[in-house]
Amino acid sequence: MPESQPPESAGTALADEMETTGLVADAFTVEIAGVTAGVQPTRKRRLGFGAWLALVWLVGLIVAAIAAPILPIAGPNETFTSIQRAQAPFATISTPGGGTTTPFAEGHLLGGDRNGHDLLSRAVYGARNSLIVGFGAIAFGILVGGLLGLIGGYYRGRVDSVIVAFLDIMLAIPALVLALSLTAVLRGRVPDLWILVIALAIISVPVLGRITRANTLVWSEREFVTAARAQGAKNWRIMTREVLPNVLPAMFSIALLGVAVVISAEAALRLLGIGLSITDPSWGGIINDGRDFLTQGITAHVVFVGSAFIFFTILALNYLADVVRARFDVREAAI
Amino acid sequence: MIRWRRHERADITERFPTESVEGPLLEVTNVETHFETPRGVVHAVDDVSFSLDRGRTLGVVGESGSGKTVLSRSVMGLLPKKHVIRRGSIKFEGREIGNASAEEMRHIWGSQMAMIFQDPMTSLNPVMKVGKQITESLLYHLDISRTYATELAEALLTSVGIPEPKRRLAEYPHQLSGGLRQRVMIAIALACGPKLLFADEPTTALDVTVQAQILDLLQEQQRERFMAMILVTHDLGVVAGRTDEIAVMYAGKIVEKAPTSVLFRNMKMPYTEALVRSIPKLSDRSHTRLNVIPGRPPQLVNPPVGCRFAPRCPYAQDKCVKEEPPLRESDVPGHKFACWFPVGTPEGRDALERNRAAGLPAAVGSDGAATALPNSSAAEVG
Amino acid sequence: MLDALGTILGILLILFVILGVLGVLALAVGTRAGRKKLLQLIVVLLVVTFFSFSLLHLTPGDPARTQKPFATEAQLRPIRKEIGLDKPFLVQYKDWLFDFVRGDFGKDYSTNLPVKDSIGKQLGVSLQLIFYAQFLALLFAIPLGILAAYKAGTWFDKIANSVAFGAIAIPPFVIAFVFIFYLAVQGGWFPTQQYVAFGTDPAEHIKHMFLPALSLAIAQIAIYMRLLRSDMIQTLQEDFITMAKAKGLTNRRILWRHALRPSSFTLLTAAALNFGALIGGAVVIEFIFQLPGMGLGLVTAVGTRQYSAVQAYVALIAVAFVLFNAFVDGVYSVLDPRIRHARVAAA
Repeated sequence: MPESQPPESAGTALADEMETTGLVADAFTVEIAGVTAGVQPTRKRRLGFGAWLALVWLVGLIVAAIAAPILPIAGPNETFTSIQRAQAPFATISTPGGGTTTPFAEGHLLGGDRNGHDLLSRAVYGARNSLIVGFGAIAFGILVGGLLGLIGGYYRGRVDSVIVAFLDIMLAIPALVLALSLTAVLRGRVPDLWILVIALAIISVPVLGRITRANTLVWSEREFVTAARAQGAKNWRIMTREVLPNVLPAMFSIALLGVAVVISAEAALRLLGIGLSITDPSWGGIINDGRDFLTQGITAHVVFVGSAFIFFTILALNYLADVVRARFDVREAAI
Repeated sequence: MIRWRRHERADITERFPTESVEGPLLEVTNVETHFETPRGVVHAVDDVSFSLDRGRTLGVVGESGSGKTVLSRSVMGLLPKKHVIRRGSIKFEGREIGNASAEEMRHIWGSQMAMIFQDPMTSLNPVMKVGKQITESLLYHLDISRTYATELAEALLTSVGIPEPKRRLAEYPHQLSGGLRQRVMIAIALACGPKLLFADEPTTALDVTVQAQILDLLQEQQRERFMAMILVTHDLGVVAGRTDEIAVMYAGKIVEKAPTSVLFRNMKMPYTEALVRSIPKLSDRSHTRLNVIPGRPPQLVNPPVGCRFAPRCPYAQDKCVKEEPPLRESDVPGHKFACWFPVGTPEGRDALERNRAAGLPAAVGSDGAATALPNSSAAEVG
Repeated sequence: MLDALGTILGILLILFVILGVLGVLALAVGTRAGRKKLLQLIVVLLVVTFFSFSLLHLTPGDPARTQKPFATEAQLRPIRKEIGLDKPFLVQYKDWLFDFVRGDFGKDYSTNLPVKDSIGKQLGVSLQLIFYAQFLALLFAIPLGILAAYKAGTWFDKIANSVAFGAIAIPPFVIAFVFIFYLAVQGGWFPTQQYVAFGTDPAEHIKHMFLPALSLAIAQIAIYMRLLRSDMIQTLQEDFITMAKAKGLTNRRILWRHALRPSSFTLLTAAALNFGALIGGAVVIEFIFQLPGMGLGLVTAVGTRQYSAVQAYVALIAVAFVLFNAFVDGVYSVLDPRIRHARVAAA
């Protein structure tokens, strides 16, 4: 074979030719068989409109949750007779969807639930609990799972095997079952909110641990880690200064997804009658309070208000997680 | 489950009459294929024309990146529609197929035109049995029963020299050797008795020892079935003894085209000369340095103004860089070339001398004439 | 009335699990990795059952009294003996584990019935629900995924992707409430609660199972669609697809017959793992629709503080999940060589 022509054994001749003719196969659509394929979204350097929207929603929620007592809204457990009367279940059950159950009545922006609570106030105060549970559980999960993953991925060997086995075992029990049994066990010993945070944190540990470990494994192989080691840096220092900063984006991305999962899990547990008490508002609590109205056909809006807050928050978190992943080129395959 | 609708037999014959039509089987005129890329428009195939008669073989030769694969896929219409600009006329049996839709081409693909791809490992479906891959096009294009299709497939495997065809039909591609896989691919291509066969680097992915066998098989089948064949390769040795005509492509253009014997005996284009020189010969002593063409083919986003080979050409003069040479007829009928200072002419010899006197590096050896015709054994080695 | 479909599904599942374990065992004999896997499996099973067992003792108060709050001390004594509270902790675990493996799951002290009886029926209901949900998910996800890959980059693809992104963000219980309100309560086309066995009335059975199954399926449709789409896009760039096109086959045939199978590996793995995860993971949906499955059984046991029953539920769900994953693992290690071979060669 003439040396001037490199052997074209690898890949198709077409791909070869495209490459040499200057076609960037990965940067634009390549169609084959009249079939479009290979659309690789160009990586966005700037935050898109969607990301801004997601950020605004989340920051707005957090600010509102913190500032709830000074906001011009009713207290979460304040009852309004106007709401109660309008939505008394037995008064309106004969006329489902009748005029008396309009959600946007009498200065209550989102209407009220069957107990006469103002839903806007319930939602804002509920955001406090839902977000505390969501972020609290994941913060704890990151601390424990992240540490385990970092140590396992960095040291490897026997330490790693034990950690992986531990994470595998935790992963073996379906999350909701674990949360259900943990809350059942812890009930009455610690405040309800803490039960939720602890139970949901324990669920998040294996997921966060595995992601951290997988990424640590990859990054610990890199030259700059070897270089740092050659310079005599201590393991702990290498881990925190060299490896951790590179693993953080992946952890952060998964943590955002985790917060979303935990918020949804809180609501699920609340539906099952476990978790916060009725006086502690949360988004799951709103849904739970509106359930009877919905199944009786009186009104769905109470459930939908709670659901909407959960949905938009999860959507925002998922979107931001995607943005983080795309920006830092986090490889999902490592999971 | 939706049943796959087969073409009506009448439909095919109506659109593409099976009886012979006067004129060449394939006529390609001024074909251009450009790709729109973020870096600009890539002129992968530029102004290419040729024609091919029934039962004849055309070799298309060029380095990787010369546009030969794109050309064969353009002619067959296999390129995507998106981001691809295709101009010019392609006539198959006198009918224009250059701008036919995939829907219309489907009647031609497989049954009238078929293609053999470079790498049988990646071109055969890894999770489909060999038998099914052969019978599916039979069942699709011809109105025959499943049992008959299986019999045909078996016969096809026998005809391409695969032992124990019955067993092979039930096997997956990864269970076969590279040579057998390529034979299977040939069987698939031949299944519906196409009139035109494209062989796109059919032996590149194969062991050297198998290459000659596959090429012989192709030649034998082509003669037996009176098929026309376009053999695309980067290896002049491959086409030397096996084609009626050769078109040499460089940077998306045909730079020389001639009947095979004429091309080797009387090449005009310095690029062709360089290609021929780069074929190692058995007569060379071992450890002889290979003649390589210095440099790389140009980027085709903004092709050079003049002759595209000029930057690598030992004959290049100022004129070559400024003006593009047209593809013109030589004194031998059917021989065309694009060069201002052709090999073997006084102008060419002068140009080479001038460059050598100026101390420019010369890729091509002592004099302008080609040294020897590569024999068939050299082709097998190559 | 014997629920034929549930029983068949149950038998199939047990067969699958046995096959999976056999697969892992077969590997264990041959390779080091296989032996390691088997050892891991055993350790995981032991720890998981130990955790389930410990639940009873982690609960505050006297385990016997918690389960039978209004009993006299004299009435509690035989219960303590039955649970084995008089023995050392590890002996208790051993006894419990042996009982568990033999299928003796203890007693529900609120009804004084063996837990085994209710679990048998509940498993059948859960398996049906999971089966329908996965069926619906794949039924919609496969064509959508193929179409999205085929039309990658077009408006259809973009819309499908956005909708899928949104669908993933909706918790299943929200979907369930939307369905209940619009399709069941207001529309009246579906019942909201209760379970009807297939054997009793097939049409009613489907009617009762449709909304719960669809509620579970929606998010999975989105996930599966995206998985299939991305794998399919890669497959469509393979040479054998161009080859299929050059054979003159229709796009539809190329997509379904040539591209789908090599692209479905990730999808099927995800579906298989989901199947295992849903055995106890459909708790909320079972609860909302009051389907007497494993999830509802667990919630009821937690609610009535029947911790002996909770032990059994948690252990069963976890063991089923672990074994199911082992099964998927085992099956794919058997299937993998061929597919991996093809993938590597095609890459």
